[in-house]
Amino acid sequence: MADRRTKTIRTDTLARVEGEGAMRVRIEAGKVTEVALDIYEPPRFFEAFLRGRDFAEAIDITSRICGICPVAYQMSAVTAMESLCGVEVGGQLRALRRLLYCGEWIESHALHIFMLHAPDFLGYAGAVEMAADHPEIVENALRLKKAGNEVMRVVGGREIHPINLRVGGLHRVPRKAELATLVEGLERAREIALGAVTLTATLDFPDYTQDFELVALKQPGEYPIDRGRVVSDSGLDIGPGEYPEHFVESHVAWSNALHSQRTDGSTYVVGPLARFATSYDELTPLAREAAAGVGLTSPEHNPFRSIVVRSVELVHAVDEALGLIAAYEEPDAPALEVSPRAGVGHGVSEAPRGLLYHRYEIDDDGKILDAVIVPPTSQNQTAIEADLRGVVERSLDLPDGDLSIRCEQTIRNYDPCISCATHFLKLEIERV
Amino acid sequence: MAAAVAAGAAGADVEVVEYEGEPIELVEMIGATPELWIVDAVCSGAQAGSLHRLDAAAGRLPATLFGVSTHRIGLADALELARALGRLPPSVVVHGIEGRNFEPGRTLSAPVARAADRLAGILLDELAGRAPAPADAAGPPPGAPRSG
Repeated sequence: MADRRTKTIRTDTLARVEGEGAMRVRIEAGKVTEVALDIYEPPRFFEAFLRGRDFAEAIDITSRICGICPVAYQMSAVTAMESLCGVEVGGQLRALRRLLYCGEWIESHALHIFMLHAPDFLGYAGAVEMAADHPEIVENALRLKKAGNEVMRVVGGREIHPINLRVGGLHRVPRKAELATLVEGLERAREIALGAVTLTATLDFPDYTQDFELVALKQPGEYPIDRGRVVSDSGLDIGPGEYPEHFVESHVAWSNALHSQRTDGSTYVVGPLARFATSYDELTPLAREAAAGVGLTSPEHNPFRSIVVRSVELVHAVDEALGLIAAYEEPDAPALEVSPRAGVGHGVSEAPRGLLYHRYEIDDDGKILDAVIVPPTSQNQTAIEADLRGVVERSLDLPDGDLSIRCEQTIRNYDPCISCATHFLKLEIERV
Repeated sequence: MAAAVAAGAAGADVEVVEYEGEPIELVEMIGATPELWIVDAVCSGAQAGSLHRLDAAAGRLPATLFGVSTHRIGLADALELARALGRLPPSVVVHGIEGRNFEPGRTLSAPVARAADRLAGILLDELAGRAPAPADAAGPPPGAPRSG
């Protein structure tokens, strides 16, 4: 009989992680001795690519980093450039940007909840296999994605890599009648989102909690999406410009991606659980009601229940989008005038999967001299590895196949943005 | 290419849609059409500009041919979702043009541009006479299903 006390688990194929990577877990004598997640990270390439470009180009260039959260990159870029140039976009221009961001949250959360993560909990290899038995889940996901994509098309000019944002505002503001065409789809989406909260709350969740610091943006009176101070459930409260003093990236030998930690070396988490913990009161009443209806309370420390929190955020995003549309008045001009000036600017926003930080240095001509981009996935890397260790330690009795699936599911809790061209994670199980 | 086909097929019972959104949206866009042709870039390792003809109704397409994004459901999976939901038309042919440049900011290469013109002509000829399309220029990509 094989000795089950010592084994190496390497993930060979991890579908639905939205990227490529490799995972290695080594177990010796019944103890987890090594956990390593090897990830490619394209933001490194883009940081170099941005040097020498015009400051106005950062929006369109960085949006190519991610195909499902381009608005997040655009928003962190524009707020960095605008703060650097002494401009703050408010009023209806800001409302339009926030509406665009809601559209991205809707389609990103819908894709993740229904197509990427739900199959894990329901015991399917993927959305295609799940569709055969649960067509209604996939149909609802399609309707939600369509509603989110329509918002991005109308406000952003295009569903993928929107083209309407610019430093100072937008290139074109939509007519009130154009936004009105979104209402029917969003109202239907809101009902579907409420159903998603109910559905996800019934899933079978592993009994696992983590106690990492939860970091998110906070903006009084609003659920954090497009701006705010950087706060945590441990009392952190800083402006975007202070981010580098409190968070540090480091390279690990087993991964192309940088890992982020607090400057004291501690691990932190960004994303829905962090936002839910620090800004629960800012959710719309309907979203809070949906959470309460399924017994979801803040804070939530089980990362597997992030799918329920994302569903609540989905309700919020649709609800807020409808509110923004109802209150919309066409602004007089699509953008403020912005002139570049030499200096350093910091921009933060909440991508669907967590806090996204940008830092740029430009010269008086607006040429980018330096760029730093810290995506939410790299900030969650250390926590992901810690979760893998914890989950494996608690699941050693599972057969290898089930343990592999549990590891994949653990990674997908974070909806990591692991961009690449080949769309699979390498995982294999080896018994030693 | 879409414009060329649309212009050449004017008057025919054909709808030409130029779409740059997410493949998953195709599941909704298919509607009740009985016959669907899809033209897309592929990456199989074949010579740039090679043409591929794949019968998606007959079976699942190789996902790796179209796997250029990690944040979206790709074309192969989108068609499988349509099949699982009972929405896949009886006839679905995917015409792939082997690409060369996939990096951001790169322009269409000459072989791919020529292939696009050639494929437009093939499609218009097929519409005009419903004649079978010619064989692939470089043979089928590895593992790719062939039309019946």
